[in-house]
Amino acid sequence: MKQTTCFHCGDSCTTDHIIFDNKNFCCNGCKTVYEIFSENDLTCYYDLQQSPGATPKEIQGKYDFLSDESIIEKLTEFNDGNNQIVTLTIPHIHCSSCIWILENLNKLNPNITTSQVNFGKKTLRVTYKSKEISLKELVLLLSKIGYEPYISLEDFNTGKNKVNRSLIYKLGVAGFAFGNVMFLSFPEYFEVEEFWLDQYKNVFRWLMFTFSLPVVFYAAQDYFISAYKGLKSKLLNIDIPIALGILVLFIRSTVEIIFDLGTGFFDSLTGLVFFLLLGKFFQQRTYNFLSFERDYKSYFPIAVTKIYHDKEIPIQVYDIKKGDRLLIRNEELIPVDGILINGNANIDYSFVTGESEAVKKHSGDKLFAGGKQTAGSIEMEALNAVEQSYLTQLWSNDIFNKNKEDGFTSLTNAISKRFTVAVLSIATLATVYWLIVDASKAINVFTAVLIIACPCAIALSAPFTLGNLLRIFGKLKFYLKNASVIEQLAKIDTIIFDKTGTITSNKESKTAYVGETLSTEEEALLTSTLRHSNHPLSRSLYDILQKNNIVSLNHFEEHLGQGIYGTSNSNSIKIGSAHYVGKPQQETDLHTAVHISTNNAYKGKFTFYNSYRKGLSKLFKTLKKDFDLAILSGDNDSELENLKKLLPSKTKLIFNQKPNDKLEYIKHHQNNGANVLMVGDGLNDAGALAQSDVGIAISENINVFSPACDAILDASKFDQLHNYIKASKAAIKIIKWSFIFSFIYNVIGLYFAITGQLMPVIAAILMPLSSISIVIFTTIATNVLGRRLK
Amino acid sequence: MSVIYVLLTISIIIAVLFFIAFIKAVKSGQYDDDYTPSVRMLFEDELVKTKPNKTIKKQKSN
Repeated sequence: MKQTTCFHCGDSCTTDHIIFDNKNFCCNGCKTVYEIFSENDLTCYYDLQQSPGATPKEIQGKYDFLSDESIIEKLTEFNDGNNQIVTLTIPHIHCSSCIWILENLNKLNPNITTSQVNFGKKTLRVTYKSKEISLKELVLLLSKIGYEPYISLEDFNTGKNKVNRSLIYKLGVAGFAFGNVMFLSFPEYFEVEEFWLDQYKNVFRWLMFTFSLPVVFYAAQDYFISAYKGLKSKLLNIDIPIALGILVLFIRSTVEIIFDLGTGFFDSLTGLVFFLLLGKFFQQRTYNFLSFERDYKSYFPIAVTKIYHDKEIPIQVYDIKKGDRLLIRNEELIPVDGILINGNANIDYSFVTGESEAVKKHSGDKLFAGGKQTAGSIEMEALNAVEQSYLTQLWSNDIFNKNKEDGFTSLTNAISKRFTVAVLSIATLATVYWLIVDASKAINVFTAVLIIACPCAIALSAPFTLGNLLRIFGKLKFYLKNASVIEQLAKIDTIIFDKTGTITSNKESKTAYVGETLSTEEEALLTSTLRHSNHPLSRSLYDILQKNNIVSLNHFEEHLGQGIYGTSNSNSIKIGSAHYVGKPQQETDLHTAVHISTNNAYKGKFTFYNSYRKGLSKLFKTLKKDFDLAILSGDNDSELENLKKLLPSKTKLIFNQKPNDKLEYIKHHQNNGANVLMVGDGLNDAGALAQSDVGIAISENINVFSPACDAILDASKFDQLHNYIKASKAAIKIIKWSFIFSFIYNVIGLYFAITGQLMPVIAAILMPLSSISIVIFTTIATNVLGRRLK
Repeated sequence: MSVIYVLLTISIIIAVLFFIAFIKAVKSGQYDDDYTPSVRMLFEDELVKTKPNKTIKKQKSN
């Protein structure tokens, strides 16, 4: 059979194939969206990109909380009773078709005034007439066309999204002043004695002075602040010689023009600040669409349904009190720890533990916050308020409040320590020498040394090398929080992996069948029955099984949390848990299994095994040579034998680890002097990720659900991990090389400075030249490095 | 000559005007999203195109 793909969402049309308007659709939802679009003249959507849509999900009752006035008030940016403005995060935004359809929302509903997409941040800002269309209706409309917004507790405080643009302003000020000062000092470069220029030189000079004022006192203020902080905590950081250089440049230039001694170095001064800020700008590159700082707030819903006197009322999550009765609908997260009262609880704790299989709970069992209900709605009683639940307690651990960068001495700072000492002693020695030989030149030489030795090239090499590598890594789907993570990554000697979700894949799993062989008729019945079920296990089993003849069922029943039942002609089949199908003897089974019985006779079971990521074995073998490896798993040791076969013999395998155990394990190794890289995925690894020197979160879908970490790695690039670490080490080498280059420039400059011949022209040539050549060198070197990565 | 004052004043005023324009642009959020506007610009053409396209499609299906 020819593989047809859905015209709307691009999925293969296997289960329900619908043909409408000469186009293929995989399900009714996709067809409906197409109908909506074609009725409203919006089929242009499909001209821009091929199959850009997403299958809409069932969302009955999920957004009821949006009718609550106090919640609307918190979510909207503007609300005067008639018009409301709201900014929604929509993870599905991925192509230009999405921008087009979302900015044409007013065609779908005339009560929407305007809508504007921010592609980088994946947000949509909508202005609408709140009397005609409520926020809830708006969200439902978006969900209906496949753009379901993601509303979490984090959106609760809207006013906070202020963008920090101060660096751009500073860069603008410095660039503006640099350009003008260069232009004003041009005459001085050539001929100062010429009559007209001599006449007006004071005008030019004082203009330059004016331009340099905002540069020194506004654009460069961060360097002064940082240098002051460094001195206060007795740390010789790179900003001390920089601040000293800027200060000396400014004071000497001002003195020179006041007493008409010379032209000053205003061009070098502004240029220096401009280049330094440019380096900072390059280093500050961030990925807008990723969040590295997620805590439980971005996972939690904003509101939950409370049952109060037999009525369902939506309440804010923060208002949950001990003893409240909550209704958790299908696919909703449990916001607080509690006791299950009634309903079929099938809780997916994958956000918390990384374990993908759902756990069944019975009435009276304890439920933990962070679990996701997957089989119908349940009722539970809250045991405590949100702040006191298990997850939030994990997040209140001290390590989450610690800034990793504080305790980390970067390469630049390590070098600058010796550098500062060296520069100051050279300056002193030279001054002493000239005091003896020619005292009139002494102060000149002292300032010249400080000016020329200003380590701008050194300060630039790390930001440009790391910033560029950050960009290259980003292209290769390895997203780092900031540039200093690369430096830390280069120092790693121990790597610790989480098991489930990290080295195993959540999407694919292997199955094995144990039991009596099924007849062709039974097999056909099995696949036909599975076809009707939406349970994740049924779906994955259905995808694995060969597609035999599909028979039409006479009868189909789904028992939530237990299994499914189907009949065709005279045959019946039961698929589900051991208890449900009537398996005779119970045994403790560590693996997830689906049991089958036909005509009430037990047949056998399909067992699901973890399937490990592609290239795992090879990756561990190459890593083994350079690093200490360990696997920490929250699971039982059912996979021990399998893992032993796959991995190098010395890999440590530790099972049954609670989140806190992982954290302690890493702390223990760090106390023994190890630099630990933690690779994990779930919220349960959050503590370990924060404790480690570098924490990498593996993610199958970059846009949703990764815990706070230093870097996010796309699961498809997992086997490249070793290459990324090697590249980081190479980057450090590049920085060291550029240090050597800038050192050579400094020696040349120092020759002019010590001999007392530093002309403004020489400084104006030498300083930018060294900066620019370092930038060019590091950019080319990192690009070559990046090309070797794939 | 005083003409140099005039020239300098004019050039600096122009430079300052550009600088103010830059600050305004940053403040308005122009640099916050550097992708969407570039795509949005192209949609204007698409909208005009839809109408003739639609009639052709209709004729075909009839």
